[in-house]
Amino acid sequence: MHFGPHLLLAALEGLVTSAVLALTALGLSLVFGVMRVVNVAHGEFFMLGAVLAWAISTAISGHPALGFLAALVIAPLIVGAIALVAERLVLRRLNYNPEATIVATIGMLYIIQQLALSFYGPEARPVEPPFSYRILLPWFGYSGYKLSIIAASALLLTATWLVLTRTKVGLIMRATQYDSETAQAFGIAVGRVYGGVFALGAMLAAIAAVLIVPISQAHYLMGQDPLLLSFIVVIIGGLGSLRGTVVAAVLIGLSDGIISMFFSPTLAKIIATLLVAMVLVFRPQGLFGTASR
Amino acid sequence: MSEASPAKAYALHLGIIALLFVLSFVLPEYYHGLLARIMVLAVFAMGYNMLFGYVGLLSLGHAMFFGAGLYGAGLAIIQLGWGVPAAFIAGIACGAVLSLIIGLLALRTTGVAFMIVTMMFAQVFYLLILYFANWTGGDQGQVVPQPARVLDFGATALDLTNPTVRYMTALALFSFVLLVTLAIVRSRYGRVLVGIRENEERTKMLGYDTFSNKLMAVVVSGTICAASGAAYALLFGYVGSSFASVQYSILPLLWVLLGGAATTIGPLIGTVFMYYVIDVTSGYTSAYLLIVGIALILLVLFFPKGILGTIRQRWLGWLP
Amino acid sequence: MDKNKTFNLSKTGLTRRTALKGLAAGAGLAMAPGFVRYSQAQSSAPIKIGFQSHRTGIGAAYGRWYEKTTAAAVKAINAAGGINGRQVEVIIEDDGTDPGRGAEVVGKFATQHKTDIVFGTLFSHVVIGSAPAAGENKMPYFVVSEGHHVASTKLNRYVFQPGITDVKSQIQSMAPWIAANAGKKVTQIFPDFAFGYDHRDYLPPALKAQGAEVIAQIAIPPTESSFTKYFPQIPAETEVIYHVMVGPAVLTFVKELGEFYGSNRPQLFGFMDSLEAVDINSPGLEFLDGSHFWEGSPRYAQADDSAAQKAYRAAVGIDDNGAAVGDPKDVSTASHMFGCWETLYVVKKAMEDAGYKGPEDRAKLVEATEALTAFAEGPEHPQGPKTFNGKIHQCFGIQNISKVEGGKLKVVHKTKIEDGLYEAEGDYTKQAL
Repeated sequence: MHFGPHLLLAALEGLVTSAVLALTALGLSLVFGVMRVVNVAHGEFFMLGAVLAWAISTAISGHPALGFLAALVIAPLIVGAIALVAERLVLRRLNYNPEATIVATIGMLYIIQQLALSFYGPEARPVEPPFSYRILLPWFGYSGYKLSIIAASALLLTATWLVLTRTKVGLIMRATQYDSETAQAFGIAVGRVYGGVFALGAMLAAIAAVLIVPISQAHYLMGQDPLLLSFIVVIIGGLGSLRGTVVAAVLIGLSDGIISMFFSPTLAKIIATLLVAMVLVFRPQGLFGTASR
Repeated sequence: MSEASPAKAYALHLGIIALLFVLSFVLPEYYHGLLARIMVLAVFAMGYNMLFGYVGLLSLGHAMFFGAGLYGAGLAIIQLGWGVPAAFIAGIACGAVLSLIIGLLALRTTGVAFMIVTMMFAQVFYLLILYFANWTGGDQGQVVPQPARVLDFGATALDLTNPTVRYMTALALFSFVLLVTLAIVRSRYGRVLVGIRENEERTKMLGYDTFSNKLMAVVVSGTICAASGAAYALLFGYVGSSFASVQYSILPLLWVLLGGAATTIGPLIGTVFMYYVIDVTSGYTSAYLLIVGIALILLVLFFPKGILGTIRQRWLGWLP
Repeated sequence: MDKNKTFNLSKTGLTRRTALKGLAAGAGLAMAPGFVRYSQAQSSAPIKIGFQSHRTGIGAAYGRWYEKTTAAAVKAINAAGGINGRQVEVIIEDDGTDPGRGAEVVGKFATQHKTDIVFGTLFSHVVIGSAPAAGENKMPYFVVSEGHHVASTKLNRYVFQPGITDVKSQIQSMAPWIAANAGKKVTQIFPDFAFGYDHRDYLPPALKAQGAEVIAQIAIPPTESSFTKYFPQIPAETEVIYHVMVGPAVLTFVKELGEFYGSNRPQLFGFMDSLEAVDINSPGLEFLDGSHFWEGSPRYAQADDSAAQKAYRAAVGIDDNGAAVGDPKDVSTASHMFGCWETLYVVKKAMEDAGYKGPEDRAKLVEATEALTAFAEGPEHPQGPKTFNGKIHQCFGIQNISKVEGGKLKVVHKTKIEDGLYEAEGDYTKQAL
């Protein structure tokens, strides 16, 4: 294939990756930014979203779009509820101590993974996309559904941005993020904010998973990669910065696709990882963050 | 860390080494073999603790130091045909050099960024193993041949595949590292490290060069982990990429947190505990990860400082 | 006050937990099958087979079916009088599909369960990681992995693979059919790790010998979950795409290939490893219709199935579509799991030849296994006849090439054993026992 079409394809693929990554990483970033909790189980909430999407869409017969839409609404709600319970039962009692919460969320990771293996099984299972339209370009065909993921993600990101910047809920969240003690002094129920943020973070991961699952099956170990990538995105983008998170997700998604045009894929991953690490070393606050703490 | 009882501390550590020595003769065969492995991995945990416990730097990439030792020693034998002592030194040297480079780069960051940077360097290390599969054996890994794992002293030969020799070798390494750790922790340098952990700015103002102190700690920590990896390759005869994966960066963190960060014996206790829980529970259910997960959460809820950290806090304040 | 409360709580928590754990451990030791009871009366005690199973981790989908097949084979062997008049007992330990844990599990079988042999491992890195432990414990270790590691003679004298043909032989025996029927210009797509390297290294010379050639090789990292960006590397003149992908992302791979090419595609030839435990009629796989696959043992019942094949399928509990009887969604790993059945019968034969009595006869068992040369097709070897090379501890059997037709796989070609033979790379029998 010629260079131009190849680049176009790599860019499209990169954008799809970015779209899903941005949503997942935004969830991690919120939890991280507001609560200062490194949620190692974030990838498992992503996995749960995909697994639940499979369960819901197979339970509902009829047009695949029905099951998919149901999953898009119900799966994040269930995942959010689970996250809320985990936050109330464990994280709150740990007083959000950074090290203790890492161990606790590693514990959650094991528990969720094992429960998924026991009740869902080890197989990768597909979910039918709500529609399957193949866009025929002069050089190759491309999945219409994949393009719709980009649009859906952009929509959701905008909505989150509006909530964060234009509503009272968002104001409370930002106040807590900025200085939780002062926020408390002003009568904000910081505990409740934390619970809500943790649930919201998990829900964003679950939504991302429901969106991606029609093109990449549900599997009980699928949470690992999004977790690592999200960490990278969050750090590169800067703590709790929505704009940074999105830009970093696009940057990483695109570079992954485009670098792999020129190098053998494993070498491409080595170079990309090394580049990102070097950015961090020489600009530890991320590209858009202000100095942390 | 009170000054009162250096004798008590040394007596305790020598007692533990003596206990492990005696256990070699009384343990059933299976636990004998398992404990040899645990002691080698406890060295890994002690190396990790050096940095995490005493300096307060949380790394998510220590698998690369373990891997450097593992591959340094393993490939020296498999690809270069070196003898056991040379291979062991090669493994340790690889770890020392790697940790120096990583330290110089990663120490420019702090906190969460340090976690992520170490994790990414470890990921690069892991991918390099896969990339040079022709040499490293890639994800399948390679066997260090049994005949090559013998220490030849002319008249006598020490066969590292013999269970007793293996146990004693592991114990020797463990004891050495344990006593070195204790000496470091009790030294002036050890107190500077704790000072950095508690308040880096103040330590700086007191006139200490915190960067070079931290760099030293990274190198000591990485070298100890590499020694563990090198011993693992020589004693158990397999080098594979899974030992350099993220999972093996998280494991020493868990062991240390369980046993008690910033305690000299905590890493051993944490490693033993984790192995014991997995071994017992896996006999009853294949869902043992569930039990491990629940155990972790309960521990962190009720023993936030780890097993030994809690004991030190409540009963034995003099524990180093 | 508050602190005090936690203090007491956790204290009782500690003692109770410790007590429970001690109890559990003690009970575990005493209840370990055959721990004391049989040590005196060995002649009547069961033969103990340690099954190193992938119950968790990336291999879990395979592990479950390996267990089912093993259980069926052991049931059949015991019903027919066992081995040397002794019943067979299987003890399962999970290795988490991890080489480190795998070695520990082999040690546990050797020193705690004191099993007679260890058996059943699939994933190559677990086999290679466990092999040193097997050799050091002088524990016969029968793997069902299809990797080339055993035949490469890089492991040791205690490791055998007598129930499934290794991948080097499989690839070599596919080449004549591909060159003659699918096309001469082949592009390979394979995972960028050891399993893929076998295909990368062994296919080109095998095709060249048949007058065909590999024109491009595309390696894809094992962690990849999306593949479209690699497809532009497929040269336009490609006549056949030869694909081997493993892991949960396989369905995505096929779907994206479908979106990329549409109906105007080159011939496709794949290894069934891609779709083990996956329903061939899953949404998105319509694209595979008319393409060809290597199959170890056919998933779907064939018109000319032997009586032995039918009996085997019934015993394991798979229906005509290769899914669990009663659960059409639970698709088997038919191309590999037959190896468990056949390996157990090889163990039976070797133990009988050796007059095997107990762990002290393990060396004799190794020699008796090495002395085997061929296994005839029949109830014990339902997949087909095999030859066995005792020097490299590897068996060689026939392979199937199947076409996807109307949502089923139909065998269109069976290779000959000779197609897959190659020069031995070493000799285990020269190693000390």
